[in-house]
Amino acid sequence: MSLLAVENLVVRYGQLTALRGVSLHVEEGETLFVTGPNGAGKSTLLKAIAGVVRPAEGRIRLAGADITGNAPETTARLGFSMVPEGRQVFPELTIEENLWLGVGIRRNRAAAAADLDHIYAVFPMLRERRHAAAGILSGGQQQMLVIARALMTAPRLVAIDEPSLGLAPKIIDQVYELLMRLRAERQLTLLIVEQSSTRALMTGGRLVLLRSGQIVLEGACDALDGATLERAYFGYDGPAEVTAS
Amino acid sequence: MTATLQILFDALSLGSLYALGALGIALIFGVMRLVNFAHGDYIAFSVFVLLWPTTEAVSILLLGQLPPILLIPVVIAIGALLSMASEVTVFRRLREANPATMMIASFALGFVIKHALLMAYSSRPKSISILPGLAQQVEVMGARIPLLQVVTILATIVILLALTAFLKRTRFGLEMRAAAQDFTMARMLGVKANRVILLAFAISGALAGAIGLVVVVQTGTADINMGLSVMLVAFIATVIGGLGSLYGAVVAGFLIGGASVLMQVILPLEARPFRDAFVYALVIAVLIWRPQGLFAPRSSRQRV
Repeated sequence: MSLLAVENLVVRYGQLTALRGVSLHVEEGETLFVTGPNGAGKSTLLKAIAGVVRPAEGRIRLAGADITGNAPETTARLGFSMVPEGRQVFPELTIEENLWLGVGIRRNRAAAAADLDHIYAVFPMLRERRHAAAGILSGGQQQMLVIARALMTAPRLVAIDEPSLGLAPKIIDQVYELLMRLRAERQLTLLIVEQSSTRALMTGGRLVLLRSGQIVLEGACDALDGATLERAYFGYDGPAEVTAS
Repeated sequence: MTATLQILFDALSLGSLYALGALGIALIFGVMRLVNFAHGDYIAFSVFVLLWPTTEAVSILLLGQLPPILLIPVVIAIGALLSMASEVTVFRRLREANPATMMIASFALGFVIKHALLMAYSSRPKSISILPGLAQQVEVMGARIPLLQVVTILATIVILLALTAFLKRTRFGLEMRAAAQDFTMARMLGVKANRVILLAFAISGALAGAIGLVVVVQTGTADINMGLSVMLVAFIATVIGGLGSLYGAVVAGFLIGGASVLMQVILPLEARPFRDAFVYALVIAVLIWRPQGLFAPRSSRQRV
């Protein structure tokens, strides 16, 4: 049984159909990248799973339980931790309060305290400034904070929407480096939305390519070659060949 | 010196009422972007439960007969329960609606409460005397101050400290502050929306009950419209403080109370009847200077 199974998901915003029957699954311990151009429906997919937007059709199952149309807090309590686009820290809460907020859904506070220690060990910057308002952090630091905060919920699956959005390339490298370190240390299951498919190929795992609300390509990152991906990404055979010749 | 002290106590006790009212409005605005115009009617309701319902001119004490030690918590609890009931029956169903719809619903709810009171008690103001001990005066450094003022100010300080401790030190408080900044994100971290909103309504209604008690002891009358003026000033205070900022609402409440009392003193005698015009002119000046309010929160974005 897959940890997360999405079947034939359709999401509409009024007249506009954002997802047209998307099916995918995430297995325990794997990393699945969802890539695709702007407006492909990547963020909508995550929002529908998180319970922020309500799907028109289709089923979403988390560890076997049907979570379609659940309230966001219910889905979060079942172990789906979402890191939305745009680094949504609570700017007026301190860094430690931001981290501690996700602990509300856990029974075992001793384990949570141990997790906090581990997170502070991985992100010493967060420990140093733990009593400062989160709003003062730079974009890259806020991205680290929201990832750390998601981990504090002891999630079964972490979904991250565009972790590289608006960050300098060097900072993006740091974010991914830490993410991969955490993945290894904590056997995380990750669902990452990323506009850049190159980043996905570099990081490894499985990839699905979304375009106009449909999956147009999927496969293991190391089995996909750049040219195929590029053709699927842009949806026609044009630019890759033209620029190559 | 004694005159200054008297003015100070007047300003602080009036400011206390406005601050508590503003806090009640700001708490709910913070978590669900609702300006609850029924708040004034919660205040009136909390007062009228002290009286036996009758449309005759007589006033017979109902809950007003309780000894103070019971009276105060019971009235505050009734304010909280009424507020929670309005969330469950009215506002919960409108949570996805736009803010204007919710605001109009709050007007409607206010009318329902007001007219229910009218039916049960008639529109005649009724004289009511509770907690008579508070009417006496105490001497503070040579000035004679009504005990009620001292108690109002002390109670407000206690309430503000307790609420601060609650918001800063408890899990619920943390969840409430987070929800006020970004409700959707808070929910995605497992914060239960219904629980946080219900709690905000409970605290807000409890504050309305406390205000009702102070106003009724102060004026000795129960009037259907008694909550209106406090509600109006409190709403203005939340705007001046920066909608969504609890701290700003409290400070602005005290500022408006202080300005009112100060105007009463410094205005020439002929201008005093128009005191409120001068106070609101100040309000306009502040809003022209800072349209976002004095302490606008960094996160005043749309949510839920």
